Amino acid sequence: MSTPVPVGLPRRKVDVQVNGVERSAPEGATILDVCQAAGLEVPTICWAPTITPVNACRVCVVELEGARTLVPACSRRVTEGMVISTDSERVRASRRMVLELLASSVDLSRAEADILRWLEEYGADPQRHGADRARVSEPVRRHDELYVRDYDRCVLCYKCVDACGTEAQHTFAIAVAGRGFEARISTEFDVELPESACVYCGNCIGVCPTGALIFTREFDLRRSGQFDPGAQAVTTTVCPYCGVGCNLELHTQDDQIFRVTSPADHEVTSGHLCIKGRFGFEYAGGARPGRPDTSNPETIRDADAPA
Amino acid sequence: MESRSSLDAPTPAEVRVLDAAVGLRHDTVDARVIRRGPDRRHLLLPALHALQDGVGWISPEALGELCARLEVPRAEAFGVATFYALLRTEAGPATVVHACDDIACRVHPDYRDPAAAHAAHAAGESVGVHPSPCLGQCDRAPALFVQRSGAEAARWRAVGSVADALATAGTEPASPRVLAAGPAWLTGRIGVVDPASLEDYRAHGGYGALRTALAVGPDAVLREIADSGLRGRGGAAFPTGVKWRAVAASARRERYVVCNADESEPGTFKDRVLMEGDPYALVESMTIAAAAVGATRGYVYIRGEYPEAEERVAHAIDRARHRGLLGSDVAGSGLDFDIEVRRGAGAYICGEETALFNSLEGYRGEPRSKPPFPTEAGLFGRPTVVNNVETLHNVTVILNAGAEAFRRVGTAESPGTKLFSIAGSVANPGVYEVPFGTRLDELLALAGAPGAGGAVLLGGAAGMFVSPDATDLPLTFEDSRMAGLTLGSGSVTVFDRSVDIGDIVERITSFFRDESCGQCVPCRVGTVRQHETIVRLRNGSALPDDGELLEDLAGVMGDASICGLGHTAASAVTSALRLGLIAGAPASSGNGTGR
Repeated sequence: MSTPVPVGLPRRKVDVQVNGVERSAPEGATILDVCQAAGLEVPTICWAPTITPVNACRVCVVELEGARTLVPACSRRVTEGMVISTDSERVRASRRMVLELLASSVDLSRAEADILRWLEEYGADPQRHGADRARVSEPVRRHDELYVRDYDRCVLCYKCVDACGTEAQHTFAIAVAGRGFEARISTEFDVELPESACVYCGNCIGVCPTGALIFTREFDLRRSGQFDPGAQAVTTTVCPYCGVGCNLELHTQDDQIFRVTSPADHEVTSGHLCIKGRFGFEYAGGARPGRPDTSNPETIRDADAPA
Repeated sequence: MESRSSLDAPTPAEVRVLDAAVGLRHDTVDARVIRRGPDRRHLLLPALHALQDGVGWISPEALGELCARLEVPRAEAFGVATFYALLRTEAGPATVVHACDDIACRVHPDYRDPAAAHAAHAAGESVGVHPSPCLGQCDRAPALFVQRSGAEAARWRAVGSVADALATAGTEPASPRVLAAGPAWLTGRIGVVDPASLEDYRAHGGYGALRTALAVGPDAVLREIADSGLRGRGGAAFPTGVKWRAVAASARRERYVVCNADESEPGTFKDRVLMEGDPYALVESMTIAAAAVGATRGYVYIRGEYPEAEERVAHAIDRARHRGLLGSDVAGSGLDFDIEVRRGAGAYICGEETALFNSLEGYRGEPRSKPPFPTEAGLFGRPTVVNNVETLHNVTVILNAGAEAFRRVGTAESPGTKLFSIAGSVANPGVYEVPFGTRLDELLALAGAPGAGGAVLLGGAAGMFVSPDATDLPLTFEDSRMAGLTLGSGSVTVFDRSVDIGDIVERITSFFRDESCGQCVPCRVGTVRQHETIVRLRNGSALPDDGELLEDLAGVMGDASICGLGHTAASAVTSALRLGLIAGAPASSGNGTGR
């Protein structure tokens, strides 16, 4: 045990000022890292803890003294002496407009709760852009029983593209096609998923912040008006298929699984799964005759408990 | 139509095109001959061009085959192909006429609406007519760009009606009007030398600057460029010497010199005139830059609508290489440097330097976040000098005349001469070379602009309108900044009294709507909302808060967009409102910067 373990150079500290308070952060940290450590909320849409920031949504912009424009907190790294304002009138005006522009162009009704809250908090008013304003108008792509693509809700945050590509799956089945307001997430020539490179890992669903990508079961529940958060449960378990040991969160309503996720902070998955963990739950689908009721927490053995 | 798949076999014609453009399939060739993997992704755009030129479109089968050869994901290649206006992913007519309906052409007496031109030509099914943003031919307005495909692919530009353009295939366009009031440093050889002849270029002083540069060494060249006070002519006015020194000082050995010849700012055509008239000067300047910063590879990224410029620059590179002025031992000095021409494909945003890098590398032309800046991580992630054509042309001037002489022309903060592209309602549209500090009204008089009234747009769509009573502005970086204006790329578009400025403003908003890359929300949606609001203002259906809405849109685009396109997308609108130039719209009290 005498071999030294290389640990590299110690990370230096960088001193910055955020909203008038001195903060220090390790070199290489982003402004967002500093804010999160300080307990300051900075809204984000295209950022995710497991994905390299593309800083496309611009809702995280903050004011940096000496900079001509606002800067994205999610990707700008702190340097010594930065003076940052996260909540100035200028910052709030841009955030309000970003949220308002998104809400004016796509359907955010199924977006993450935080996004809906920010729309209220920042006072976004999409209606003032007129009733005849251009909106993203795409048919619902419901081609199979696994997941639905409902691009009327897509904010082009690039998370699905990145999860499909270099950030998780390395499958590259989807990319942004077209340009400007006509830009869309697409397979090549918009072919249906089975014809594309898609392997149905569902990692794109896992990162989608607006419900544009959604399990077919959940989509059907919501469309039929039967989606009922009060009748739902989340059960944490371990994927039974292989030896990797991915944590699963089974989202159920009336004993039926309608969504499977994995915690983003799980060290094995970083929130990502494969087709089996994500969609291979048919066998566990509720109380068929002759099968144990796996939806009842009482009858499920704790995976971590000794046998 | 039968279902076509990118997994099916391409046609023999497509295979021939791909064989020529990217070589054989990777599984049929010795791996030692063709390097595999992401190293070849930069061939994607040239290969898509080859398919467009040779076959007329990019079919699913051809895309699939191309992706297999380059090992690029099909979805990503489709994303690249659909990014550009000159590439098609649906079968269509073999000949497409791109008819400019942008700000300078639409005020020309001979201008006709492209939709009407199309109707007039409807008999010919094999011709498509599309309205186009500025083609950089404003001195030959109204401009058309004919894109042909097939075995005898030929691309050229012509003037007049669509029928004329097709009937007069291959005719040489009229020589551009070039005039210098003061030293003709940049334009002196245009129309004088044979742009195809290296000998003629040398007989007119060519390659003296490179000889000097190689004799005095990199440090002296860097000092001379820095001391000259040369600032970038592409619009940002960044000091060239600072840029070069940063790259020269980099610890990384692999470095690039990139010439940004994607001149697409509406109303701007001076780089086209430089490349068409004096292409060797660009090759020489890039070689000097390479010697100064230690680069071994250069690229000229020329917009796809400039076939003559592309041909002439490519020819000049070829001749220079043949004569040992490019290659592994430039002029016997031991310098190893070569240049390649890359063709843009119809995207204004690719004039943004980081979008240009992405385009060249085979990705969508979406701007990158800065920092890091190109001097640190540019093309292929390496330190890169990226300069505009006109900026580079100044390099030979400085090395021939010396920094001191260079500074004697112009002003202290804006030394040298500047090219202005003047078009619109003027008697003599063309490229004008004047010393910095020349007044706008003097420049307008040179071009035969009408007297009082009307308006001038300075800096193109990303620029601002100048009040008719403020044309005594000295044309320098510092004076324009003080006046809340920008010289931008040096375009001066003149509108006489008869022009409805509201129509021009609406065209500008539709330009930004079409040309936004779509990456960031403020620009992707903001440019659409801005266009919609201007349309409402003009057709009498304005909403009560539309004035405030325009200010808010200008604010978020200017403050929160990723790149300069979004930052400047409201400039012209805001300035027109402030000057009360839009009929029916209330004059705005905004400060014109959108903040």
